[in-house]
Amino acid sequence: MSDMAVITRADARGMITLRGDLGSAKMKKAVKAATDQAIPTSGQFLGNGDKGVAWMSPDELLLIVPYDGVAQAIEVLEQALVKTHFLAVDVSDARATFTVSGDGTRDVLARLCPVDLHPDSFGTGQVRRTRLAQIAAAFWMHDAGFDVVCFRSVADYAEGVLTRAATTGEKTGFFA
Amino acid sequence: MLILECPYCGVNADETELHAGGEAHLKRFGPEASDEEFEGYLFVRENPKGVHLERWQHRYGCGKWFHAARCTTTLEVFGTYPAQTLAPPKELVAKIKEKRPDWTWREFGGAST
Repeated sequence: MSDMAVITRADARGMITLRGDLGSAKMKKAVKAATDQAIPTSGQFLGNGDKGVAWMSPDELLLIVPYDGVAQAIEVLEQALVKTHFLAVDVSDARATFTVSGDGTRDVLARLCPVDLHPDSFGTGQVRRTRLAQIAAAFWMHDAGFDVVCFRSVADYAEGVLTRAATTGEKTGFFA
Repeated sequence: MLILECPYCGVNADETELHAGGEAHLKRFGPEASDEEFEGYLFVRENPKGVHLERWQHRYGCGKWFHAARCTTTLEVFGTYPAQTLAPPKELVAKIKEKRPDWTWREFGGAST
């Protein structure tokens, strides 16, 4: 029996937590300047793993930028959002990222997260912040599978549960 | 399994993603309050066998607090609504009253109103 998915710990990515009024014109310009993306709508992920933006809550975004470009991106944000109430903080080293790829990726995540992962409910370009077994995590779907983000302090745990979910048992067939 | 829709992110969050925050719409009484008021704020709670208004936090998701109307015996969820309010929305109260005409809960949804 082949594995349902391959779990790979991704190289460090630049991640910036950006909080503020997501509806404001300044925020729109700031996000555009830092990531070339628009403001995502609720539950949306725009861009890709090198440069993207994920909707985290009604006043919070997660910006993905190249690891070496974080300081520069924060400078861009601070200039664009000057005189508004906002927070832009570098969280790159606080996070671990895993890529989940293969033909059973939905099964793997469905075993660990209380999320409806049926293709009718969750598709490419969607992001979900949720619980991964016992820890907090977020994932978004792209063409090659899922990117999973969690706190680095629990990265070994995340890798363990993801790998076990991907290498044991059978696919359910619910997500065909 | 209890599933509540988070009014901020629209996600159908199950119980394990949420954190229960006790009774909704408590009025806080501070230092100038009488002993009775302060006691009420601290200790006196509704404990209905029926529809209850509660606070919940979407802890593993967007992190926001919201309110929910839920039946404590059947677990039927009547609806959820944002926390930036002092009273449940009228539509929600009407929905509850339609199914449970005798429902009362503190000053909301009294049988005579």
